[in-house]
Amino acid sequence: MNWLIAILQTALLVGLSPLLAGWLKRCKCFLQNRQPPSVFQPYRDLLKLTRKQPVLSHDASWLFHFAPYMVLSATVLAASVVPFIAVDLPTSATADVIVLVGFFAFARFFLTLAGLDVGTAFGGMGASREVTISSLAEPAMLMAVFTLTMTASTTNLAFAIDHVLQAGLVLRPSFLFALFALLLVAVAETGRVPVDNPATHLELTMIHEAMILEYSGRHLALIEWASQLKLMLYGVLIANLFFPWGIAQSLSLNALGFGLFAILLKLAVLTLILAFAETAVAKMRLFRVQEYLGFAYLLALLGMLSHIVLEVLL
Amino acid sequence: MNAQHLDFYMQTILSMAALVAFTSFLMLGQGRLLRLIFVFAIQGLLLTLTTGLAAYSLDNPHLYISAVLTLLLKVLFIPAMLRREVLKMAMHRDVEALKNKTLIMLSGASLMIFSYYILHPIVQTSNAVMINALAVGLSVVLLGMLLMISHRQAIAHVVGFMSIENGLFFAAIVATHGMPMVVELGVAFDVLVAAILFGIFFLHIRTSIDSLDVDLMNRLHEVEK
Repeated sequence: MNWLIAILQTALLVGLSPLLAGWLKRCKCFLQNRQPPSVFQPYRDLLKLTRKQPVLSHDASWLFHFAPYMVLSATVLAASVVPFIAVDLPTSATADVIVLVGFFAFARFFLTLAGLDVGTAFGGMGASREVTISSLAEPAMLMAVFTLTMTASTTNLAFAIDHVLQAGLVLRPSFLFALFALLLVAVAETGRVPVDNPATHLELTMIHEAMILEYSGRHLALIEWASQLKLMLYGVLIANLFFPWGIAQSLSLNALGFGLFAILLKLAVLTLILAFAETAVAKMRLFRVQEYLGFAYLLALLGMLSHIVLEVLL
Repeated sequence: MNAQHLDFYMQTILSMAALVAFTSFLMLGQGRLLRLIFVFAIQGLLLTLTTGLAAYSLDNPHLYISAVLTLLLKVLFIPAMLRREVLKMAMHRDVEALKNKTLIMLSGASLMIFSYYILHPIVQTSNAVMINALAVGLSVVLLGMLLMISHRQAIAHVVGFMSIENGLFFAAIVATHGMPMVVELGVAFDVLVAAILFGIFFLHIRTSIDSLDVDLMNRLHEVEK
């Protein structure tokens, strides 16, 4: 029963991720006075892409075919680790947050390899930029997560959420810092506006899009889906780690329904904030990204410091 | 003992301490003068809130006066004065190129650890929350000094100086439940006088070297080279 719910939860997470992307686009269009596409447009795009025949370069090796499947499956595995509707599920007990970061790194590894594989200039450029950014973002993310795990004294996400729920509403300065650090890292890692612009193929600025420029058809659909899922995962992670209230603690139908409602509401609000930020902020120059991520790392470090200095009392 | 066992007042004070330290870090990495002044005003506002909270929960009415003074001086008067100065000098579009921002930020973080380290012996003999907040107060002082070292504009130096005062003020509020009224009034007027003196200094620096960039002073010589 538990396993069934865990699998269902993961399927729901994977299935709803294009909807989140659609909702984000709708919020942005609304804020920018544009006519929004339907919320279900990402599903239609994915469907259209799967129907099309992928075009492959002559120089593409097996790695190029293989990478989209690896990327999506690693991201789906990551999705199974994150508590979405309910906390105490067997999948989230099997892996902790370091494994989660590992899954993301695994997916990125294959994506960058695929970017390098065909040997186009853009692929190589995108891959090098992606690796640069993620090598700066990952320490910040781990530091932010460690702040949480030090408070809960566990690296397991489900236990950490349980701990936050049990402690009730406690004002923790370290959580405040970790929240902001994680928000900044999430923006960088999912390639949103101040760091990367997912909406354009402007050659000099793109990072993520440059890597996947050679992909088409169902391969592109898989990669797009994986990046939508990644955005959703970061949203769920932030929402459930810092504001876990409403998540189902028992497996009754009532609690699960309420959990689903709560997380969707939290994600809708979080996406709205992201849309606001993307509308208000201009894209950064690439060379300023390290400053941005350095700031994220500093925030995470401050979170850790304020946990040690302010919260652990002798 | 852990954070969740504290009462709400203590939790809020600790969060305020963290936010005050955070504004110090924001100031440290800020290249634009107007934004620097704005963050300084935010820090003043946080101090006002902390003082008001302390006044309310410790039932110490004279702290309200101190809160109002902080609001008037550090949130309204001094930032407005500095802002006017920046606009008058037309420096609001200049972005000061900090030499190595990340290095400065990280040395700020190590200053914070250092200040906790030197206050550690005291922590063991007294109320832990107060001394923890005191460590933050000390690190705000040190960060203010670092701000003065790392920036070149005279206005940034003044902001750094004032934020040193903010750190002392925060530590005093949290650790002593409010100083005697005479002391607080004295400090407030000191700050006021300092602000006015700095205004005169700006005028003099500007008339002599035609800029507020203090690095230019290294090139001053008695005889023309």
